[in-house]
Amino acid sequence: MGETPHRSADAGTGGTRVTQSHEWPAGASARVAEAPVTTRSPGGTGLGGGGALPRSRKFGAERAFRGLTLAAGTAVLVIIAAIAIFLVAKAVPALRANTENFWSYEGWSPNDTQPKFGIGALAFGTVLSSALALLIAVPVALGIALYLSHYAPRRLGTALGFLVDLLAAVPSVVFGLWGRDVFSSPVRDFSVWLNQHFGWIPLFGGDGPFGASVMLGALVLAIMVLPIITSLSREVFLQTPTANEEAALALGATRWEMLRTAVLPYGRPGIIAAMMLGLGRALGETIALALTLGITFGISFNLIQNGGNTIAANIANAFGEANETGRGALIASGLVLFTITLIVNITARAIIYRRREFTESAA
Amino acid sequence: MAKRVSASNVTAYYGGFKAIENINLTVEPKTVTALIGPSGCGKSTFLRSINRMHEVLPGARVEGSLTIDDQDIYHRDVDVTAVRRTIGMVFQRPNPFPTMSIFENVVAGLKLNGVRKKSILEDAAEKALRAANLWGEVKDRLGKPGAGLSGGQQQRLCIARTIAVEPQVVLMDEPCSALDPISTLAIEDLMFQLKDKFTIIIVTHNMQQAARVSDRTAFFSIEKTGDPGRLIEYDNTQKIFSNPSVKKTEDYITGRFG
Repeated sequence: MGETPHRSADAGTGGTRVTQSHEWPAGASARVAEAPVTTRSPGGTGLGGGGALPRSRKFGAERAFRGLTLAAGTAVLVIIAAIAIFLVAKAVPALRANTENFWSYEGWSPNDTQPKFGIGALAFGTVLSSALALLIAVPVALGIALYLSHYAPRRLGTALGFLVDLLAAVPSVVFGLWGRDVFSSPVRDFSVWLNQHFGWIPLFGGDGPFGASVMLGALVLAIMVLPIITSLSREVFLQTPTANEEAALALGATRWEMLRTAVLPYGRPGIIAAMMLGLGRALGETIALALTLGITFGISFNLIQNGGNTIAANIANAFGEANETGRGALIASGLVLFTITLIVNITARAIIYRRREFTESAA
Repeated sequence: MAKRVSASNVTAYYGGFKAIENINLTVEPKTVTALIGPSGCGKSTFLRSINRMHEVLPGARVEGSLTIDDQDIYHRDVDVTAVRRTIGMVFQRPNPFPTMSIFENVVAGLKLNGVRKKSILEDAAEKALRAANLWGEVKDRLGKPGAGLSGGQQQRLCIARTIAVEPQVVLMDEPCSALDPISTLAIEDLMFQLKDKFTIIIVTHNMQQAARVSDRTAFFSIEKTGDPGRLIEYDNTQKIFSNPSVKKTEDYITGRFG
């Protein structure tokens, strides 16, 4: 209460300054008007008080920053357009020179005088190995994420979460070498066992040799995408509002029922996003698959016989000795991979968008 | 449908911190009991001890004995989920499940208890929503998200969700503190109707509200920050607000303290 007269006296001085400052050029007024006030003590004119309202500045940090962000945003579009034009321009001549059907031919010899190459087997191998990897990785990753976020003691959860993140930092070539030199022998033994007991299922049929198979590639891929999916879903699970978890518990839910009622539905868009990021990595993975797969050109659902190939692995294997047409053919295959990734992402967006009414209000 | 709640020597801890000490009180069936007191005096902690939600927090524990109709809810053989089904809870901020529709929210508790039949769920949802005075406002949009309702409607939805499982006791932790006066009035009216069927215990900072809705009032307080909260006085609401027997209660309700 005692302060009130003080303040109004100050407002009075502010008032006189208003008339003064009209004579100063706009823009500089605020600073100049404040100049006579030497202190910023509570009694003096604060940042928000006194002086005429200065005119908005024509050029300043605000505008400069806006320009910078606009430039950065535009750059994305320009880069994408440039890449698309380059890829198409390189791919079209090779596709013209192809003497076989690009979609259905199972083979890759674009360097011959009669170039023959087809994407079918490669695209099939890419989708098969990635889908299989995701099928293996997602349940494990969600289990780890739920354990870390809701079951493990806080300290253990943080430490284990850190370890999982470390797994993501291992270069893919290391995974590839490990898969080829170490992991392939247990996988081969397991494949032989599968073949003996479940050989009647076409997936596990064939006469061998086994080992450098789609299964090995998919398992290595699964280990590689595991940390991404785990880490993202854990983050999403941790963000579940405590209020919702308590609501479920207060209704008489057990821990698992609480997870099912409050945590998993809340994290659904995040889980889908995490899966898509994992799938993106799996689809584009190059060197680990080039090292572990048997590299054949054929469409087959057999998971355990030597064989399998993917678009990215084929690019890595064939680029070194490719001629002009060969490179064009590889670029065309890259375009197909790009399209597959695009379709996957659009599908994921569509799934999230369909439930937007519920997820937006959750935010 | 309503049960007597009695606490004897209830002491609750957060890790090493003793939040409440030696609380003794008995709540009669089909009454509204208000817990009032300054911030940090442990009234919410006591409320959460009643349906064993206190122990959800890491390191939190409760000593002493709490019974509903002479059954010890902290007994070793008691299923904690059964306790929470019997003693429902409404929270300070409306917390409908954001991914669920209005209908799914109301029947969430029933579904957790294994009720699957659509017709039973529909009947129960209508009954609970009618009891929560929300049916008229939402009956045409049961499939819409529960989080899309206004704050007051959301809180009534949460009450509907709580009473849909037909508990014996309903705990309310400052249920109106996030609501505007009109929604508050709606919820206070609702409490009057609900006490025909349930034992209601409500924590509130609003003393007018305690005076309006409750039959009995318990005043909690602390000596100073860091001390455990204690029950200072527990009596008929009318007595507490007109002629309290403890000086501290009088100071608090007349605004001289707290």
